[in-house]
Amino acid sequence: MIETLLHLPLAEGTHSALSDCFADLAPPLTMRQAAIESARCLYCYDAPCTRACPTGIDVASFIRNIHDGNVDGAAITILKQNIFGGACARVCPTEILCEDACVRNHDIEAQPVKIGLLQRHAIDHAQFDAHPFQRAAGTGKTVAVVGAGPAGLSCAHRLAMLGHDVVVFEARDKAGGLNEYGIAKYKLPGDFAQREVEFLLSIGGIEIQYGRTLGVDLQLAELHARYDAVFLGIGLAASRQLGLTGEDAPGLLAAVDYIATLRQAGDLAALPVPRRAIVIGAGNTAIDMAVQLKRLGAEEVTMVYRRGFESMSATGHEIEIAKTHFVRIRTWAAPLEVLLDDGGRVRGMRFEETCLQDGRLIATGSFIEIAADAVFKAIGQGMGLGALVDPLAQELARNGDKIMVDAHLRTALPGVYAGGDCIAPGQDLTVQAVQHGKLAALAIHNDIQSNAEAAWPT
Amino acid sequence: MADLSIDFCGIKSPNPFWLASAPPTDKAYNVIRAFEAGWGGVVWKTLGEDPPAVNVSSRYSALHGKNRDVIGFNNIELITDRSLEINLREIAAVKKAWPDRAMVVSMMLPCEEAPWRELLPLVEATGADGIELNFGCPHGMPERGMGAAVGQQPDLIERVTRWCKTYTRLPVIVKLTPNITDVRAPARAALAGGADAVSLINTINSITHLDLDRMVAYPIVGGASTHGGYCGAAVKPIALNMVAEIARDPATSGLPISGIGGIGNWRDAAEFIALGAGSVQVCTAAMLHGFRIVEEMKDGLSRWMDSKGYENIAAFSRKAVPNTTDWKYLDMNYQVIASIDQDKCIACGRCYVACEDTSHQAIAKLITAGPRGEGRRYEVKPADCVGCNLCEITCPVEDCITMVPQASVQPYVNWTQDPRNPRAQVVAALE
Repeated sequence: MIETLLHLPLAEGTHSALSDCFADLAPPLTMRQAAIESARCLYCYDAPCTRACPTGIDVASFIRNIHDGNVDGAAITILKQNIFGGACARVCPTEILCEDACVRNHDIEAQPVKIGLLQRHAIDHAQFDAHPFQRAAGTGKTVAVVGAGPAGLSCAHRLAMLGHDVVVFEARDKAGGLNEYGIAKYKLPGDFAQREVEFLLSIGGIEIQYGRTLGVDLQLAELHARYDAVFLGIGLAASRQLGLTGEDAPGLLAAVDYIATLRQAGDLAALPVPRRAIVIGAGNTAIDMAVQLKRLGAEEVTMVYRRGFESMSATGHEIEIAKTHFVRIRTWAAPLEVLLDDGGRVRGMRFEETCLQDGRLIATGSFIEIAADAVFKAIGQGMGLGALVDPLAQELARNGDKIMVDAHLRTALPGVYAGGDCIAPGQDLTVQAVQHGKLAALAIHNDIQSNAEAAWPT
Repeated sequence: MADLSIDFCGIKSPNPFWLASAPPTDKAYNVIRAFEAGWGGVVWKTLGEDPPAVNVSSRYSALHGKNRDVIGFNNIELITDRSLEINLREIAAVKKAWPDRAMVVSMMLPCEEAPWRELLPLVEATGADGIELNFGCPHGMPERGMGAAVGQQPDLIERVTRWCKTYTRLPVIVKLTPNITDVRAPARAALAGGADAVSLINTINSITHLDLDRMVAYPIVGGASTHGGYCGAAVKPIALNMVAEIARDPATSGLPISGIGGIGNWRDAAEFIALGAGSVQVCTAAMLHGFRIVEEMKDGLSRWMDSKGYENIAAFSRKAVPNTTDWKYLDMNYQVIASIDQDKCIACGRCYVACEDTSHQAIAKLITAGPRGEGRRYEVKPADCVGCNLCEITCPVEDCITMVPQASVQPYVNWTQDPRNPRAQVVAALE
């Protein structure tokens, strides 16, 4: 996929120098800072931060444990609600979740407790001799999980805890999903994502089969027949298309594909890097893409969005990151045409300016052109091949692309559950996916138990 | 500007802030630095008989708050470990150089007449303004029959005080220990012995915390520890009560009091003075922050006095004493009810859980709908509120919860008059 950029110059500098550009975006708290910050927590009752957390972490309790010098206890408080507590501490948009809800945001203080950094402190400093969660007695049941991303692995871990065996089917070479392939490198640097997966798997009872893709060499009908339940955590593997001619031209690429390559690159100096680039979209992926290009040495990176700042799905915090990296943000411009040079390669893009009229986005009839050596699409993801070609998966009720589920993450097909980005309503948040996986595991457990009871001869 | 100067039982001082007898007043170097910083007086660290005391290492420990702020402080240091001769020479020199500052010399000697008779003239010869009898040191010295061992026996207090009044013309301040059941007994004994004033409190027997790995308390000396004397902000409430007890005891109500115990700012000082103190002594706050703190203490006290129209210390001294009484004289018909300022409330829920779990279930938790999801609103249930102040205390926002006095149609009735008191008539008869 990144082959379409091979005509571009390579990143300047050595791998090690470039790696330094991808150090932690937010450095961890020192012990002293953690002590000071944890002392700021008011230990609220029925705390709004906990209510704002999709996984319901008891924030006040874990922070009090940090303050009392019980870091292992703090980590357990986090992990029992969210086994991806380490990744979420780094990638959660806390500014719209727990930290937004913190009572210390109140007008007179306007400074929330740094919950994300404290969560990271607890997870980073916990020292467990063994996996901290025990498995319940074996139930003799085995559940299939499709997709080893945050939703699938969260589900697998909880099922393992409840005494079930789990087989996870993963299309790629590594587990972790977007934590491994999709998050900006400076948010989850190094091999953190793999270490977290290893930690999670150390509970036991979870087998992962790699290179298994739903609809290709894996059939939902077969899983459904063979396993006691199936959980689909297949994400949204396909990048949306602009629907313009020239979309397959050299120089045009989906942002997620470049990010995945960047994250897996053994040698950053071997990456093609455009001198001037356009990123289309206004979500957190668009910002991750634009900022990483800047860190790789791109001179001009312009994010283009067809609406205004207020409609951007990227959080204010993310937009600030883009600004501090001197990413140009062009609003009110809709992609119109990919401009190609004589060799058929991307040389820029033509946009039509837009505005709102009576609440509707309309084209104004004026045009702009932005020169660029590469264009990256970050306009959202859609359902990948798997669920679209698998005969049984095609039968699942959908809302647009997304699979419809009930409050217990059950699909329309009994025994098949789904969660994470592939379901409606998903929020495209890691923490939300983790919660889906956890809730689905509890639902699977309950359903299996009650089915067993129903089958009991009376 | 308010006049901060005082005349405390004949001892004059440009302001009421004295450094208490302790490490900060151990030697000339420190005391000169203190006077340069603006302290009104010092009580020189306790002199004893030669050979001087010998101290151990380590000596202090503390109770820390959430951000390592020192709430309480504990020490096992003894009286001066320097010779009498050096101390007397330095006292004389410093007093000569700083004639306007109060120089009080703390003393601790065995309960025998001879040492007092010999030593007191030597102290008087330094030009010091007064002496303070250390009947309070709770660690080390009581094991040798001195310090708190004397302060816990009123007859010894009276006897030693009388010797001092016999052998010196200097004002005698008796420093009391709080490690007793009723502080009025030693105060009355001091007065009976002729004391010109009392000072209190000395430190409280204490162990601040332990090393749970080594299973030994702090401060650690070798592999062991011993109880120390507790001071700092944590002891202020205990000290204030003891000062008030003496100030409102008819037997000692005229006795000057030098207030000691957790004074760290001008407000603390004003509270001690309002409850009966004529001067205040500070130690822990200076040990934690240095002598410079007296600057803010003087400035704060002076500005507050100006704002209240108090021209001098005497103008508000003892003003809170008449309002400090026995429980039985409190108005049974008085009622306050909590009120939450919803504009200031940050919905932390602390008042709710405190009242719900441990008090009177007088705060309601309401679920509200808002543009950004559901929220919480906490409201007082006036009919269930007994006015205990717990919610106001646990609230993290200043002035968010206030206790509002209710207009009472009932006249003042205290417990001795209250019809609900089965012994009211008996009590009334006894009064």
